[in-house]
Amino acid sequence: MALLQINDLHKAFGGVKALQGVEFHIDEGEIVSVIGPNGAGKTSFFNVISGMFAPDSGEIIFDGVDISGWESHDITRGGIARTFQNVRLFPNMTVLENVMVAQHCRTNQGMMPAIFRTKAFKQEEAEITARAKDILGFFGSRLVGYRFDQPAFALSYANRRRLEVARAMATQPRLLLLDEPVAGMNPRETAELTGLISRLPSERGFTVVVIEHDMKVVRDVSDRVVVLDHGVKIAEGSYQEVSSNEDVIEAYLGRPAESGA
Amino acid sequence: MTRGVFDLRKVIRAGLIVAVVLSFTAAIGMVEEFDERMIIDRLLSLGFLALFWYVPVAGYKVGDEPVLEGMEATEKTPSHVLAGLIVGLIGGAGLFVLVLITNTLDLRDVFTRLSPKLVQLLTFSDSITDPQLALGAVALIGISGALGAAGGALHLVSAKLRRRIIAAPVAVIVFALLEDVIGQILRSFGLTSLVRQLYRDGAVRIIPALVVGAIAFYLAGRERGERSRLRELVQAADPKVRTRNSLIAGAVIGAMVIASPWVLGSLLSEILATTGIFLLMALGLNIVVGFAGLLDLGYVAFFAVGAYASAVLTSPLSPFFKPEWPWWYTLPVVVVVGVFAGIMVGTPVIRLRGDYLAIVTLGFGEIVRITFLSDAAAPWFGGAGGIRQIPGIPLGFDTVSGSDPQYIFYFALALVLLSAWVSHALLNSRVGRAWTAMREDESVAEVMGIDTVKSKLSAFVVGAVLAALGGALFSAKLGSIFPTSFELLISIVILVIVIVGGMGNIVGVAVGAFVLIGVLGGPRQPGLLQEFGEFKLLIYGVILVYMMLQRPEGLVPNVRRQHELHQDELTQDAWLDKSGEFVDEATGEA
Repeated sequence: MALLQINDLHKAFGGVKALQGVEFHIDEGEIVSVIGPNGAGKTSFFNVISGMFAPDSGEIIFDGVDISGWESHDITRGGIARTFQNVRLFPNMTVLENVMVAQHCRTNQGMMPAIFRTKAFKQEEAEITARAKDILGFFGSRLVGYRFDQPAFALSYANRRRLEVARAMATQPRLLLLDEPVAGMNPRETAELTGLISRLPSERGFTVVVIEHDMKVVRDVSDRVVVLDHGVKIAEGSYQEVSSNEDVIEAYLGRPAESGA
Repeated sequence: MTRGVFDLRKVIRAGLIVAVVLSFTAAIGMVEEFDERMIIDRLLSLGFLALFWYVPVAGYKVGDEPVLEGMEATEKTPSHVLAGLIVGLIGGAGLFVLVLITNTLDLRDVFTRLSPKLVQLLTFSDSITDPQLALGAVALIGISGALGAAGGALHLVSAKLRRRIIAAPVAVIVFALLEDVIGQILRSFGLTSLVRQLYRDGAVRIIPALVVGAIAFYLAGRERGERSRLRELVQAADPKVRTRNSLIAGAVIGAMVIASPWVLGSLLSEILATTGIFLLMALGLNIVVGFAGLLDLGYVAFFAVGAYASAVLTSPLSPFFKPEWPWWYTLPVVVVVGVFAGIMVGTPVIRLRGDYLAIVTLGFGEIVRITFLSDAAAPWFGGAGGIRQIPGIPLGFDTVSGSDPQYIFYFALALVLLSAWVSHALLNSRVGRAWTAMREDESVAEVMGIDTVKSKLSAFVVGAVLAALGGALFSAKLGSIFPTSFELLISIVILVIVIVGGMGNIVGVAVGAFVLIGVLGGPRQPGLLQEFGEFKLLIYGVILVYMMLQRPEGLVPNVRRQHELHQDELTQDAWLDKSGEFVDEATGEA
């Protein structure tokens, strides 16, 4: 059974129909890319899955449960994490704190243990810190050492992107939604992060959906590619199949003038 | 000659501002009101200090140019003095215009303080005849001009000398204003004759003033490094020595704090106890506003609920609850009531954001006060008559009430320490991190798995409980409470403490409480500078406006807040960092 199965998903913002009956599925351990021209509804697709907006209609079945209309934090607890296209870290928290706070839904020590500094509280804090450091270690030397205590706003652009991914990983999800993770990075940084994304399923056990414009990245990481345009899925398949698909080329480049009408 | 200093427009504008400030200060009656209170014996009254202090500051400021990085500092020339002089002259002339107006027209129907006495004071004469008036004008404008020029002249000396010159008069003024404290401390060590040599009717005598000024002049000149041998001791290199020294320092400070009410006497203990109660509430509000970012303008509601809960349970005059519990037994009830009130107020408003939350909480604060005031609730809470004969805190051998401020101080201290610990412990925990994240970006926090409704509610509840405890102590201290003790002004004053002190910073909030409540006094409670009683709220306002313009992060800022409030500058720095980073990464590892 698919880890995430989406049937006939609709979402409109006033007159703008962002999603018009999207069908989608992803199996455990897969990496699927979602591509499409600007305004195709890719980010809306993520926003609806992660619960920032409730869908107008349709089913979002995650691990056998329909989660459409759930609150975001319940969806995150359920095992879906995301990053944002326009990096949205907690800028004045440190790198380590950003990753620590994301473990909120996996931990449970409340106020009383914190005030009395109980043994269980201290132990959990130690675990949270250790896990945060482990996750940041996934990105090599980029976010470790003195970086732990730097506020997030002081990071370089590429490091902010990495920290976004790390923060999403810290919620310990089963499904990770990455919204343009390499946007704005230089080729070397892109290659590095592409390599890391490919390792996510095997090393960390995540299933990954990536929205990406960089076709080289899409080719390198994806097991499967889904193409959205005007809120509908227009193609699906391997990178080779999709990249030679007439509809896809048309969606990106437009229809040649002589064949019109 | 540099452009900046002799921008004549700027100088004239500064002069006009000085004129307005001087005229305002005179027109609200500060000069008359404080004329009797001398700062330096026979030389300077608080009235003239309050009037003229701004002139040298403005004279200095007008020539003050920020030195930008990569730019040469503008050359310091005598034109700075000239600029200061002009500012002072314009200011003095403006004030003299007010004097003339007062002298010719009788405006006392509207401006009650524009009296002949003011004219006499400002022209330094007993009679108001034309020659006297002319002489007065020369004196007034001359003094103002001289002060402005002196302010401007500060640009010409080295930074170190400037620090010294500023420190000396400031120290003398503080020494004079703190006459109550210093005198009381010396007296409690049996040094009454020394006090008589230092002060006369609250004013410093001239020779001690010179000595204090000289000491300040000397101390301010020392370089930063040499200033604190004490700090060196505490931060000794050897960790063992360091721990030992810190322990000793802690013990000394602790002993001083415990002894302080007896050294300071009952009046000062009273002020400290009041400060403590306000600080307790400010720490609670700091959790709500500073940590979780929820602007609560009705915070006094929780204070009132705690005070009434404790009063109803202890007072024999409370119509509703007959058995009279000892104060101690009411504490758990107060906590429970606080939690309940936090949830009651919190639940409906928690989904609102920002300004809307502020307005609705403001409404809730009033609802609570009006409920206690209402005739419908009078059978329980006594209506406008409030609840009287609250017995105080039984200690076995004695009962502590408002007439023993020294003991109340200990209770306030204990509760303040408790809430400081609670604030600190919660901030550095899972709950506190969730609050911070929520304050930074609520929707992202939600997506990162934080139940923001629960998280906000928890902040509300903790804040409510601390305020309710403050209320319980307040009612025991006063012995009687009325709905009018819980007006909106209290919420606002507490918020001002948090803002001025430094939102989100525990030490900052403490500093804010000492500056505003300890020094100036609470809305109805006296502070150290009781002279200012009438003008307290004006000074609050001036401090708040000044802080908002110049230092929105507060006196002792929370580092994070400071970044939030100076994002513009930081974005530029971040951009610089980023370009540095790129070079680093390109040439760095393969």
